Amino acid sequence: MSSTATSPAPQAADPLLSLRGLEKRFSLSGDFLEQLKFKGGKLVREQKYVHAINGVDLDIQRGEALCVVGESGCGKSTVARTVMGLITPSDGEIHYGGERIDDLSSKALMPYRRRMQMIFQNPYASLNPRMTIQQTLEEPIRLHHPDWSPQRVRDQVAEVMASVGIAPDWGARYGHEFSGGQRQRIAIARALAVDPEFIVADEPISALDVSIQAQVLNLLMEAQQERNLTYLFITHDLAVVEHFGTRVAVMYLGRVCEVAPTATLFATPRHPYTQALMSAIPRLEDERPQHLRLQGEVPTPVNLPSGCVFHGRCPHANARCRSEVPTLIATDEGGQVACHGVEEGRI
Amino acid sequence: MSLLEVNNLDVRFALRRGDVQALRDVCFSLDRGERLGIVGESGAGKSVAAFTLLNLIAKPGYIAGGSIRFDGQELIGMRDRALRKIRGHRISMIFQDPMMTLNPVLTIGEQMVECLKAHRRISSRDARAISLRKLEQVQIPSPSARLDQYPHELSGGMRQRVIIAIALLLDPDIIIADEPTTALDVTIQAEIMALLLELCEEHNVGLILITHDLGVVSQVTQRMLVMYAGRVIEQGPTREIINDPQHPYTQGLINALPQMATPGSRLNQIPGSMPSLDNLPSGCAFHPRCGFVTRADGSTRQACHDQVPGFVTSGNCQAACHMVAEMIERERIPAEEQD
Repeated sequence: MSSTATSPAPQAADPLLSLRGLEKRFSLSGDFLEQLKFKGGKLVREQKYVHAINGVDLDIQRGEALCVVGESGCGKSTVARTVMGLITPSDGEIHYGGERIDDLSSKALMPYRRRMQMIFQNPYASLNPRMTIQQTLEEPIRLHHPDWSPQRVRDQVAEVMASVGIAPDWGARYGHEFSGGQRQRIAIARALAVDPEFIVADEPISALDVSIQAQVLNLLMEAQQERNLTYLFITHDLAVVEHFGTRVAVMYLGRVCEVAPTATLFATPRHPYTQALMSAIPRLEDERPQHLRLQGEVPTPVNLPSGCVFHGRCPHANARCRSEVPTLIATDEGGQVACHGVEEGRI
Repeated sequence: MSLLEVNNLDVRFALRRGDVQALRDVCFSLDRGERLGIVGESGAGKSVAAFTLLNLIAKPGYIAGGSIRFDGQELIGMRDRALRKIRGHRISMIFQDPMMTLNPVLTIGEQMVECLKAHRRISSRDARAISLRKLEQVQIPSPSARLDQYPHELSGGMRQRVIIAIALLLDPDIIIADEPTTALDVTIQAEIMALLLELCEEHNVGLILITHDLGVVSQVTQRMLVMYAGRVIEQGPTREIINDPQHPYTQGLINALPQMATPGSRLNQIPGSMPSLDNLPSGCAFHPRCGFVTRADGSTRQACHDQVPGFVTSGNCQAACHMVAEMIERERIPAEEQD
């Protein structure tokens, strides 16, 4: 199940982050003894896997916000966690600033951890309830700059709190004293505290109310401009993507099916799955839902379909789609799409 | 007369530190076959409003005043036996999380038959036949096999279809759907909403749809209510409110959507966050976040701080706002005042 996609490198060389054939399987079979089964009078070893990501190739350019969209179970959060080194990939390579980082020891990874920070979905779970905000924000600075004086650490915390709109004298409070939007600001402040250049944000606004979502999204955009940040932004909300993303990668069942600049993707979605996804967004202008209905449901990632993972639900699927895995090919509009139909000019 | 009429509904929660008023002076009505959306952020009271309609408010919550008339009958203070003839039968409910709603130890068929038998004298064979027909209506693949499956064997979208089938089981007059698609993915959400809309139209069932998603409301409903801090602050035909919101909060909510700003630019955020219900600001509960208050002249600004605004009618809509009232007084079009 390994894809050796030799996709043409998009635009400029030297991407900040580059994923090459990334794969992650989670074992479902337990330990060695549990994997042993009797079959036809013989003892055989059987292993079952959840194929969370299957050969993802992505490049993230400096200064851009790459949004990864897809439905639950498509592997978008696994990509985020693998990039951050919270999950070890089963196969493939991760390059950061030209250096391969997926095989580094945790000690060698430390300088990269300062440059890459993460914001999580649920600000109620991501803040330690037993630490004050001051402690929460000081911790990463102390870890990465052990030589800094206490005063310098405090100054840095005060600066970063001010920049996310949290009054610095609230530092003595605990996480539970803040509302969801404020907590997410604190989580953003924690990520910004060590002056990173790359931020992975995993659904950072999904847990927030509509009027608060706008505040947090504005904050993320301001931080991007002021600090020249690069984002890997995981979300399922396409309206947010359209507003926020420089480029969009659409994932389905652990594979990237289309990557394109945001405006291009929204104007001319090429992959049949992207088209269905776009038409499902509830829009204010519509009187009536006009979405393309897909047949069936997302197959289980335990037994992946052969060929194109989308073929079972695709209205354009033919024999080639059922047998051959499509690779990303460049489109005329400047994106990349993994679809035999588009390649053959059928779609 | 409308099928459902809610007047001056007042719901409180008796807490140790005193009563918290979750709903204040909520009034709305629903005609037969009409689809009404209730929109608001978490804590606005939209779910409490829905639960109250079927007297599903658990202690320490209680209904402190008002009336709910359904088909000429008053539901508040009705005895449980009588209410049970209406609840689940003539008014049914769809909840947010399909896994929490279905009983994990009973098959889909057992749950549907149980529901039918609780309301009708009916043989198991007939009940099963009706259940099968309802599962066909909600377009579940291989419906007869589903009857003998357990909830965990179905996907989230299929579970929500089963719940819709159960809600339709006794041919209700009204379905109350509390965030029916929030737990689902966007493509599944689109399918479920289209199905719900189709079924409501086909069987002339009224729908009360509670959601925070303005896109969904605009696609599915004919009229909508906007709630803020336990009050209805704007109501009217959905199209008109979406296209020309009167209340500054509704305007803020719509303007804050990412699709309302040019990509990459700043979003029009509403400052601050919704007040907690036990510590509401005086006057209009929205005034500390309202951009119009600072620009208002002396007497109106004072009113925003001191007096709870009543509804004023503007076109087919009603809004509870002193500014809108003043603008109507001056015969100006409030939409032009926006920036």
